[in-house]
Amino acid sequence: MRKIFDFHGGIHPPENKHQSVRTPIADAGIPPELVIPLSQHIGAPAVPSVAVGERVLKGQVIAQPRGFVSVPKHAPSSGTVSAIEDRLIPHPSGHSAPCIVIATDGQDEWIAHSGTPDYRQLDKAALLEKIRCAGIAGMGGAGFPSAVKLSIQPHHTIQTLIINGTECEPYITADDILMRERAQQIIAGAQILAHLIEPGETLIGVEDNKPEGIAALRAAASGTDIEVVEFPTKYPSGGEKQLIEILTGKQVPSGGLPADVGVVCQNLGSTVAIHDAIVEGRPLISRVTTVTGNSVREPQNFQVLIGTPMRYLLDRAGYEPARGNRLIMGGPMMGFTVPDDRVPVVKTTNCLLAPTEEELPTPPPAQACIRCGMCAEACPVSLLPQQLFWFAQGKEHEKLEQHNLFDCIECGACSYVCPSNIPLVQYYRASKAEIQQQRRDHEKAEHSRQRFEARQERLERAEREKEEKRAARKRAAEEKARQAGGDGEEDPIQAAIERARAKKAVQQAGGGESELEKLEKAVVSARKRLETASAKLAEAQAQGSDLVDALQTGVDKTRGKLEAAEKALQDYQASDSAAAQDAAQPGDAAQAAIEKAMAARAAEASLSPQEKARKDLKKLEQRLQKSRDKLAASRESGEEEKIIEALEATVTRLQDKVEEARIAVQDAEEA
Amino acid sequence: MALLRLSSPHAHGPMSTARVMQNVLLATVPGIIVLTHFFGFGTLVNIAWGCVVAVACESLALKLRGRPPGFYLRDCSALVTAFLLCIALPPYSPWWLIAIGIASALFLGKHFYGGLGYNPFNPAMVGYVVLLISFPVQMTTWAAPRGVGELPGLLEALQACFNPASFDAVTAATPLDVMRQNNSLLVEDLWQRTPQFGRWAGIGWEWANLAFLAGGCWLLYRRIFTWHAPLAMLASIALLAALFYDGGSSASGGSPLFHLLSGATMFGAFFIITDPVSSAVSVRGRLVYGALIGVLVYTIRVRGNYPDAVAFAVLIMNFAAPFIDHYTQPRTYGHARGGKED
Ligand code: SF4
Ligand code: SF4
Repeated sequence: MRKIFDFHGGIHPPENKHQSVRTPIADAGIPPELVIPLSQHIGAPAVPSVAVGERVLKGQVIAQPRGFVSVPKHAPSSGTVSAIEDRLIPHPSGHSAPCIVIATDGQDEWIAHSGTPDYRQLDKAALLEKIRCAGIAGMGGAGFPSAVKLSIQPHHTIQTLIINGTECEPYITADDILMRERAQQIIAGAQILAHLIEPGETLIGVEDNKPEGIAALRAAASGTDIEVVEFPTKYPSGGEKQLIEILTGKQVPSGGLPADVGVVCQNLGSTVAIHDAIVEGRPLISRVTTVTGNSVREPQNFQVLIGTPMRYLLDRAGYEPARGNRLIMGGPMMGFTVPDDRVPVVKTTNCLLAPTEEELPTPPPAQACIRCGMCAEACPVSLLPQQLFWFAQGKEHEKLEQHNLFDCIECGACSYVCPSNIPLVQYYRASKAEIQQQRRDHEKAEHSRQRFEARQERLERAEREKEEKRAARKRAAEEKARQAGGDGEEDPIQAAIERARAKKAVQQAGGGESELEKLEKAVVSARKRLETASAKLAEAQAQGSDLVDALQTGVDKTRGKLEAAEKALQDYQASDSAAAQDAAQPGDAAQAAIEKAMAARAAEASLSPQEKARKDLKKLEQRLQKSRDKLAASRESGEEEKIIEALEATVTRLQDKVEEARIAVQDAEEA
Repeated sequence: MALLRLSSPHAHGPMSTARVMQNVLLATVPGIIVLTHFFGFGTLVNIAWGCVVAVACESLALKLRGRPPGFYLRDCSALVTAFLLCIALPPYSPWWLIAIGIASALFLGKHFYGGLGYNPFNPAMVGYVVLLISFPVQMTTWAAPRGVGELPGLLEALQACFNPASFDAVTAATPLDVMRQNNSLLVEDLWQRTPQFGRWAGIGWEWANLAFLAGGCWLLYRRIFTWHAPLAMLASIALLAALFYDGGSSASGGSPLFHLLSGATMFGAFFIITDPVSSAVSVRGRLVYGALIGVLVYTIRVRGNYPDAVAFAVLIMNFAAPFIDHYTQPRTYGHARGGKED
């Protein structure tokens, strides 16, 4: 005997399963209209591949998957596409979503299809592709695409494959009846999965309240290495994580996958669907759904086409709408109420529950939490629901996360036992949504904070560099003054050499960027940015993304900046060619300065030192004025930061020079 | 017809707060019967008058707080507070003592904090301690048990309550008092010389404790609370008593059995510390909570100055409950053992 483990908590609500298993699976027939939502699974919705007015055959693909986590949609019966529009869909939010509507013609004419009974010939990728193309997504819970779940990452070794036949929710018998009537297909499907995954063992887990189903499965499984494991009935043993614990004693790490502990789980209904898809080539276009509750006269299971309006299905079971006031898709513990009885049956519709008020009374108003701890005792995840409730009321999100709110599986066991009738799960759902919203907001804020900090740091660095340059210049000036004081008579050649040297030192100290270089760099980087932005824009246009407008504006702006930068560079070169030359060839600056100074000595031999100094000063003052004008102009026109910075640097440098020249004039006059 | 939209789960279990409280009330009955048998009608009169005051106080408090009294009274929590406090009070307490106790319990102990579920302290014990500190004389005189003194009849009991001046009770020191004050006699001799002692502990007390134990077990069976806190408290009292029994010398604190069946031990273990609102919540937390209460009870009984220690021990541990909770959060499914990972 296999060792069965227990999980913490759990409850034993009235099962109410006997009502719907008295008769075999009935065919629900073809409704006049089928409504197929484009998204019935987790992941990206499918994209319609048929047009309104087109005739479609049963099993024909009518919508293509988009992306990896997505599955196609097939026409459940033959007919004509009458509309592609938003319809109410069964979803907890009760919203509308795009659907393909087919007016059926009653002929139920199949498209050509063929199965692959010798699937062992196929390689795994081909098998997975077939499962995906058959549109199979988890048929019990959230509807996760099966092919994705079955694609095992190379770093995972799968010890155990579990087929989940637990069906722990009260009222639902869809899996139970499948076991009783289609045990062969279940076992065959499990074998396909085992072939695909190559696990150490394959288990089918069933609660012990389904003895007939277990017997049928065991009979079908004899001679295979598939083991049917029976364990005590307790809600929610069918939760994937709980089932894994029951059968293996292992717990899936929080936030992890079953594969992390070497387990893959598949729903029983999906296993049958996979069998049908591989062996018979039939896509997932119908499913077994339990119709039950005291508002239907003949509770039973139906083979129903996906897209069948719920009202049509309910009527097959003798629905008396006047007797109940709500319609639940799924079971009484985790199901949700649908807004309207015309919403379609989808791939995850395992049960339609139409209870009367006496059967499932509207909850009375909640009383205060008396901290009785019954919820904590019932919680299968070992949370402290009363604490979570307390924190949820106070919106203490940090505490909620500390108390592992996100490990809550929303099974409803806590609400079920709460003597104060507190709708605990509702609080948890709301808090989860709030926290997720907050995380998104926070991420955004964090992003802009980082951007701001990066900018701040850039500005500071520039400021530091300026400061260093200024200090270096000052040192150079002092040096010169000292020499001037020492020689008495200044040798212009020597001075020029010194000046050039000093300048070089300044450039090196300050990171070696002259204004010209800065401007050039600005142009280059603007050009680069323009290129990337244009590339992005082109990409977005190709994909038809809705970001195109935003990107277009970005490109235009960048282009403007590039033009401005180019103009600034030209201006600079034109207006200050001497300085530019000087700066452009820092390596030759000393040589050039020497030559210039020699020439100037010849020319200025007649000039007195005072006159010479005054002339220098005047020249410098003119240059300073020019630079200032330019700076003001660019500030006004909202020039790019970099250019303004460069111009500012020029102005400061010239100011310093003018100052030096003034001192030189005074010196000369005194001498 | 529009379909009703409701959030899951749609099914609800049979339990309700009122049911929980009614179960607790019912479980006190055996204990009350035994107390009445051994000490006369005093406790019954206490409870009757206490319930009247409690309903009045609760209604007033709810009115003042702007809540519909009808809805909230139905949870029966005020009645539970009244029962618990009145069982703890000495039989034949005067009406004003009971009224002050109940009013303190419900106002100071409960509604000042926002009502049921928000009170950090056990309301009944708040009331008890207020009385013990304010009226130590009235609070420490117990009627003599059947066989030691003459038991008053029902009429006299009513008189004791509503016209206290005209009532003169036969009182006797409780066995716990006798044990604590003893420093000259061997435990065995003490037993022979004191008429209040019975088979294992005091006359009346031992049976009352057993009756409360029975009521508590029934509540356990009904799954109203879990065994953790009561068992931990009883175990720690028994353990300490065994450690300091000292072979029954004159310095002995009394045998484990004596402590388990004396004073409010069982009543405290199953009816007071199990008050869910003010206790620790997790399983491990309740073990710690119960065990520490046991330690305090024993220590105060043997070393302290008060006749019994349950009230103080519980209030002190009510303070500690949030901290205990903080450190005993259960390991959630799929999380590493021993603290949190991040
Ligand atoms: S079951 Fe309800 S009343 Fe009891 S502790 Fe949990 S939330 Fe509070
Ligand atoms: S709904 Fe969440 S908190 Fe409540 S019992 Fe289930 S897992 Fe625990």
